[in-house]
Amino acid sequence: MAQKKFVVGCFDDEKVLFPAVKQVRTAGYKIQDVYTPFPVHGLDHALGMRETSLHTAGFIYGITGTTTAISCISWIFTKDWPLNIGGKPHFALPAWIPIIFELTVLFAAVGMVMTFLWLCQMAPGVKKHHFHKRATNDLFVMVIECTEKTNAEDLKALLAANGAVETDIQVAEDGWWFGTYDNDNEVLYKQVAH
Amino acid sequence: MHLKYESQLREPLVYGNKTYAQVTEDIVRPIEAKPSRLWYIGFFIAVTLLMFGAYSVYREVTYGIGEWNLNKTIGWGWDITNFVWWVGIGHAGTLISAVLLLFRQGWRTGVNRAAEAMTIFAVMCAGQFPIFHMGRVWMAFFVMPYPNSRGPLWVNFNSPLLWDVFAISTYFTVSLLFWYSGLLPDFATVRDRAFTKLRKKLYGIAAFGWTGSTKHWQRHESLSLVLAGLSTPLVLSVHTIVSFDFATSVIPGWHTTIFPPYFVAGAIFSGFAMVQTLLLIVRKVFGLTDYITIGHIDLMNKVIVLTGSIVGIAYLTELFMGWYSQNKYEGYTFWYSRAYLFSPYGWSYWGMMACNVLSPQIFWSKKMRRNVFVTFFMSIIVNIGMWFERFVIIVTSLYRDYLPSSWSVYYSPSIWEIGFYAGTFGLFFTCFFLFAKYFPVIAIAEIKYVLKRSGESYKPEFDAIETQPLDKFVHDHGHAH
Repeated sequence: MAQKKFVVGCFDDEKVLFPAVKQVRTAGYKIQDVYTPFPVHGLDHALGMRETSLHTAGFIYGITGTTTAISCISWIFTKDWPLNIGGKPHFALPAWIPIIFELTVLFAAVGMVMTFLWLCQMAPGVKKHHFHKRATNDLFVMVIECTEKTNAEDLKALLAANGAVETDIQVAEDGWWFGTYDNDNEVLYKQVAH
Repeated sequence: MHLKYESQLREPLVYGNKTYAQVTEDIVRPIEAKPSRLWYIGFFIAVTLLMFGAYSVYREVTYGIGEWNLNKTIGWGWDITNFVWWVGIGHAGTLISAVLLLFRQGWRTGVNRAAEAMTIFAVMCAGQFPIFHMGRVWMAFFVMPYPNSRGPLWVNFNSPLLWDVFAISTYFTVSLLFWYSGLLPDFATVRDRAFTKLRKKLYGIAAFGWTGSTKHWQRHESLSLVLAGLSTPLVLSVHTIVSFDFATSVIPGWHTTIFPPYFVAGAIFSGFAMVQTLLLIVRKVFGLTDYITIGHIDLMNKVIVLTGSIVGIAYLTELFMGWYSQNKYEGYTFWYSRAYLFSPYGWSYWGMMACNVLSPQIFWSKKMRRNVFVTFFMSIIVNIGMWFERFVIIVTSLYRDYLPSSWSVYYSPSIWEIGFYAGTFGLFFTCFFLFAKYFPVIAIAEIKYVLKRSGESYKPEFDAIETQPLDKFVHDHGHAH
């Protein structure tokens, strides 16, 4: 994975964050991400993100579960081993509804969580660069990736002018890697000398 | 969801003058501090009970079901009573986390994490009973449908007992996923402020590399909402299916169509009582009274009085049907075996009536709903009552069957039967003590999300808003999109 250079601006209030996002985007910068301690509603739209399709995936997993249950049970009870249970019909759909329903829910839930972890590239032991440790506590951390045209100092000034309480420039790993968090301070927070 | 305004009339969900950092501090502090002496004592008692339970189970596995005092007439006794009791308790957690999320009840944020943990531990306890009731527990995997070497001879998909296998295992899995996905951001919070190497490492692994990215939050929200949508019918289905274990049989007293809604209401009733028991202790021991407020307790007591009354109506309906059906056996079960105080098990029926139907009516009074001691006492009473309910259903329907020669009125549990039940308490509280010590017992991110709308110190800002003209109010604070 690549090391990239980022300008980081930290905000301590979502009321300041929203206008700042607008200003930075109007100024032509592309915001890489905003790290927040809790879901800030409307921020995804302010950043121009499209809606997630995770729920659609959930629906597909759900109907997969339904079909799996119906096809398995009906094959087992009508073809593979037609068991005579008190002379009742072999194809006893009403009696299968509970299991069909449970498998629908099970497939949808497990599938969605797996997809969520895959999309977010999360797994036990996965490590990602933290732009600010308080991003999971009380700061809203805006990260803008620098291109060769970006004047990082200008951008820092713009962020500060829009209410950022802290700004800095970091060179960081873009993706994830396996590791622990013991030596955060050596690996992360490589400050660039200006 | 997009309403940024909340009326002054609503009670704050978070008391005190809190900032985001203060919320983190308050909730994570118990994790970082050394546990109190009280915690050690409680944990020790729980582990002791667990050990006793393990020994009781060892006896049962080694010498067989005969270690229990079940007999040919009463084939289901304490074990299935306990199974249904524990499953029922679990239901409140899902109700709080899923149903209240769909109903946009902001107050769930203070209590959902602990309630979901309770669900998971309760379902773990519940699962032990049917598994060990099988007798030859090493063959428990026979309940799984797989192409086995016996034909393959498949399991009976038309049997409510198999539906139970699917329902309980699905319920456990989905609850666990829902709970853990909610925990990810909070584990990251603990990780990022950890000052010991080990803690940083362990919470780092547990947090799966969560960063708080906006895109991840967006997906997380979508995931939570759909999981809530799935869990809501799931939780109803689980206790419905548990009630089918009885209702699809032809035993008088079990063969009734009222069972599914009646069981679900009872489950929520007992579950909320257990949530009260646990949270009243947690909020005091960990100093979280600002987050789990009297308002929360009040609201949960409202649910208790509602569901308790639904259960009461169900009992009366059953009695009425016992007479109205003019079926001799139904009439005998309901009016003699249960409702007649001086029948062999009449005391258990009236114990149930007193605990479940009469005593919760005290919560019509606001003063009582907001009294911690009354609530704590009542939460215990309700769970005793709900245990009796299952005991009544199972034992009073079985002990006098169609053949008087096999009547049995002398069922009382053996010490190993009691030990098994005590052991599940041990399991439950061992898990709960560990949870309370090592996990954020309140959903930190969710509290922060409601803080500026429902926090006590932020509410006065809404004063100005309340005097705005309607057009401006709708423009500023209506739905954003």
